[in-house]
Amino acid sequence: MNIKVLVPTGALGITYCKKTLNKGLKEKPDIIVVDGGSTDSGPAYLGKGKSKYSRSSTKSEWKTLMIAREKLKIPLVIGSAGTCGTDKTVDWFLEITKELAKELNQNIKVTLLKCSQSKKVINKAFLSKNIFPLNNAPKISSKKIINCTNIVGLAGVEQITEAINTKADIIICGRSTDASLIASLPIMKGVDKAIAWHAGKIGECGAFCTTNPKSGVILISFEKNGFFIKPVSNNTKATPYTVSAHMVYENSNPFTLIEPGGLLDVKKAIYKKQKDGSVYVTGANWVEDNNYKIKLEGTKVVGYQSISIVLIRDESYVRRIKKWSKQIKNKVKKIIQNSLSLKKKNYEIQFRFVGKNATLGSLERKKVEPNEIGVLVVVTAEKQYECEEISKILNPLLLHHSLYNNRELPTFSFPLSPPSFKIGKKYEFCLNHIVKVENPMDIFKLEKYSI
Amino acid sequence: MKLKELVKKIRSKNAGPFLLTIDIFCSNKKKFQMVVQNVTKIEISTLYKIPKEQINIFPIKNLNIVKITIPRPNIQGSSKDRDLHGASFGIILEELKIK
Repeated sequence: MNIKVLVPTGALGITYCKKTLNKGLKEKPDIIVVDGGSTDSGPAYLGKGKSKYSRSSTKSEWKTLMIAREKLKIPLVIGSAGTCGTDKTVDWFLEITKELAKELNQNIKVTLLKCSQSKKVINKAFLSKNIFPLNNAPKISSKKIINCTNIVGLAGVEQITEAINTKADIIICGRSTDASLIASLPIMKGVDKAIAWHAGKIGECGAFCTTNPKSGVILISFEKNGFFIKPVSNNTKATPYTVSAHMVYENSNPFTLIEPGGLLDVKKAIYKKQKDGSVYVTGANWVEDNNYKIKLEGTKVVGYQSISIVLIRDESYVRRIKKWSKQIKNKVKKIIQNSLSLKKKNYEIQFRFVGKNATLGSLERKKVEPNEIGVLVVVTAEKQYECEEISKILNPLLLHHSLYNNRELPTFSFPLSPPSFKIGKKYEFCLNHIVKVENPMDIFKLEKYSI
Repeated sequence: MKLKELVKKIRSKNAGPFLLTIDIFCSNKKKFQMVVQNVTKIEISTLYKIPKEQINIFPIKNLNIVKITIPRPNIQGSSKDRDLHGASFGIILEELKIK
């Protein structure tokens, strides 16, 4: 047995080397898999059901992979299409695929794996006590579930296998675990589950598990009880260190990984250096879960936001920036109450001092005296027009507020016009839960198209 | 000596929207042992203002890496969060005095 999985890049949309990809194709892979999403860029993408990456760069990178697939006649799989993997972004990705099929004159079969969840179904599962919190999960209620803007379930090997079994040329998956994309075909072909899942985690970010993370493309070659990580780019090696260290990457526990259907344990894994620059891995363990569970991700709207940016270069104000912002806050509070009839609990104004402690806030321990401070003012309220009103009330104070009596008013620097900007809806992640299902496909759907 | 002078790299990342994970990379066994001894739940609890019970520290012997996983000080992308990718939380540890 020898199953080869080609991973062109850690994420579609961040570019990869076409020359290296072509080199990888010469190894005759059995499947090309690429990840398209993550929660790592924040809640707004799932909140809106939109992609983080540009449509044009996504299309151009997908085009190269579609050409590669046509040449080799092997399945091409994308997971978490359109960053958040909602049905809407899967449809967006299908639209791109259709355009390309036309441009490239390809006749293809496409299967979609849809992962968006009905709030009604999830609420029913909640009421029948089939939803369980993960570490540090926020509290949920029926109301909170119904108020989610989007909920997705993370597909695993079982759901992707169903999609591959449709014999489609291209499989566009909604939200899926990174590792499951790589693990699915090998498991279908009889590779040990522990080996396939382990390879899935190691290969999830493409060449991140090699000496040259920028090179993108890797080839994972499977035997029944082991796998080889093989970098494709010239002058790039996989070493036992680079491969095993990827278990640590963006993972809360370096030894175990919870995936749909079970738990991967790599404590006893063995990583062996090979002469050709690859690494051979064996020894992981897979603990099957008798209760099949799916991880859920969800977002809610917590309000609207507008921001303003003002630069303070006058050092007497830089030194007293806290006092200055406190006085402005107090002044606007009164104006807001009188003119907008808004109470303090209905809105929030944050002053973040760029150059002082904007990144770490109250956790910042370094005391520095900068020449200048950028003040980022973040206004959150229940309605967008309230944010804009508050920003406009703030504006003359950010421009001229003086700490001194009997002196000419100071003027501070606005770097942009208009000086304040509408952010729109403010989303937050509100689910970190798993749902127990009878059958892995219970809350997922397949759609088939011939293009 | 400060921790940043002892180790190769300190990396912080999100481990999902609700957890933060900090990896301390050491160049040899001796330095790794020093990190294990000095970077304790008490130190982390003070620096990150997180209760000790919520902190997990994983010494990974064969890699000379110490991994620390804590709840995110603010949920990723929430109104109070200032660092969407959890990129800069490792810097807080850099100044830690090594005994």
